Amino acid sequence: MARLAVRRWLDQERTLAWLLVGPLVLLLLGLVAYPFGVAVQFALSDRTLAEPGRFVGLANVWNLWDNQIYRQTLGNTIVYTIGATILKLGAGLGLALVLNEQLPLKRLVRSAILLPWIVPTVLSAMAWLWLLTPNFSVLNWILVHSGLSQRGLPWLTSPPLAMFSVILVNTWRGIPFFAITLLAGLQTIPGELYEASAIDGAGTWRRFRYVTLPLLQPILLITLVLSVIWTFSDFQVVYGLTQGGPMNSTHVLATLSYQVGLASGNIGEGAAISLTMLPLLLILIVWQIRHLRRGVAG
Amino acid sequence: MLFVYVPLAFALVFLLGPFYWMVITALKPNSELYNAERSPLYVAAPTLDHFVFLFTKTAFIEWTKNTMIVATGATAVALLLGVPAGYALARFRFRGAGLVGTGVVVTYLVPTSLLFIPMVQVMSTIGLVDSYWALVVVYPTFLAPFVTWLMAGYFRTIPAELEECARIDGASRLGALWRIAIPLARPGIVSAGIFAFTLSWNEFIYALTLVTASSERTIPVGVLVQLTRADFYFWGPLMAGALAGSIPVALIYSFFVDQYAAGLTAGAVKG
Repeated sequence: MARLAVRRWLDQERTLAWLLVGPLVLLLLGLVAYPFGVAVQFALSDRTLAEPGRFVGLANVWNLWDNQIYRQTLGNTIVYTIGATILKLGAGLGLALVLNEQLPLKRLVRSAILLPWIVPTVLSAMAWLWLLTPNFSVLNWILVHSGLSQRGLPWLTSPPLAMFSVILVNTWRGIPFFAITLLAGLQTIPGELYEASAIDGAGTWRRFRYVTLPLLQPILLITLVLSVIWTFSDFQVVYGLTQGGPMNSTHVLATLSYQVGLASGNIGEGAAISLTMLPLLLILIVWQIRHLRRGVAG
Repeated sequence: MLFVYVPLAFALVFLLGPFYWMVITALKPNSELYNAERSPLYVAAPTLDHFVFLFTKTAFIEWTKNTMIVATGATAVALLLGVPAGYALARFRFRGAGLVGTGVVVTYLVPTSLLFIPMVQVMSTIGLVDSYWALVVVYPTFLAPFVTWLMAGYFRTIPAELEECARIDGASRLGALWRIAIPLARPGIVSAGIFAFTLSWNEFIYALTLVTASSERTIPVGVLVQLTRADFYFWGPLMAGALAGSIPVALIYSFFVDQYAAGLTAGAVKG
């Protein structure tokens, strides 16, 4: 009798549902929600690697606001995010449009262009570092030997060019994601719409403007917001290429929080730096959830 | 056609050029590598010296083993947690479903660079710091939400009638999940698994901060930390390591291109 009761209890929708989601919920509470609480607690303290520290309220945040390096980093992060996102969007959309045409070896090309996205980012950042490194830069070799420049460019040692270089590498890595998601979006647009608009006399640009763009817009926005979240919080490209240098000109919030919090051991201040990413991330996440949640919780 | 092939050629050179550069450098003897007179674009006398150095003078083989264990273990945990949760969210009505669904998406979107500092503390409290097992425990925090989300979408595309028939024939809900829904969802599970595996293989910030012992490192961290010293870079072995560390994921990817692309675009397209 008892076994039957257990079986019946197990077979209730509510019970089984919680048994199935329970382990995941426990993991997320224990290793996402709890560490987040710890992060807030650290950010409100003057904890270091050596000292457990004490509660200092919002002192870390006020100090950051007066800290020139932090302000510069915040500015860098914004430039990095906006620059790389615009380039990824433009190039990714262009590539998706090209790949949507009839091409020989289309499958092979489509597979090959995803490579920058799937290999470990720090490892490909090493290849870029070697492409851009001062003495043996292959880019400079080409510039010099084609007569375009006398001595080549200081890709990673001049502050504005270093920012350009990290944006370039982030773009390189992110283009495939845009191209492949937008291509999937393009393929959902029925061909008849193009035929109809062609019969109505619409040229290439008008078809793109009045058929492709409006129908692509939902996917475009979701892809864009995902990419902004990832770029804004990126660590690997900058850590691999410049470690924030020269003179902090390429530090972004994630690399600065690592540098201050773990490399220098000021845990409280480091946690505060990473938590200053939160306001923008929250806005983006809330926006994204309104568009994505239909996919999960129906 | 000019508007198709010219941009495509530029895109391919830009996107694949660095890999060519990786291969060329990994095969170049030092005499060519550090000679500014020689063209850097091809290799005259290819050699495997850098690979020999990588495999005998560094712990690369050990890092590969560690990375395999971490990626396989974390993927298994993520699937074990995410597939059932995705099923429950797709099929069952229960109190808290909306909250769990939102929590899953939020944790998928929260970047790891927000949590790595407290995570070091949490892992040292439970005694896992300095071991790659910490990564097997931590990676599912971002893998499982993604798997759940992907699988919830996938289970919704499978008609519930088949499971209802099984229930009429006397199967329990759990039996219907195990014998009907899971086998039907296998393509989705493969897709989620491939995705989770490549994400674990490539992860960097937790691998850098949670594991400091050299013999416990994963490939991305090991190659970066051991082959670069302050301002000195062992370029040949570094490129050999970058190549050797990328080949396993590239191989797995090449076998499952379609499943990978499906996983990549599922979120954006289905949403």
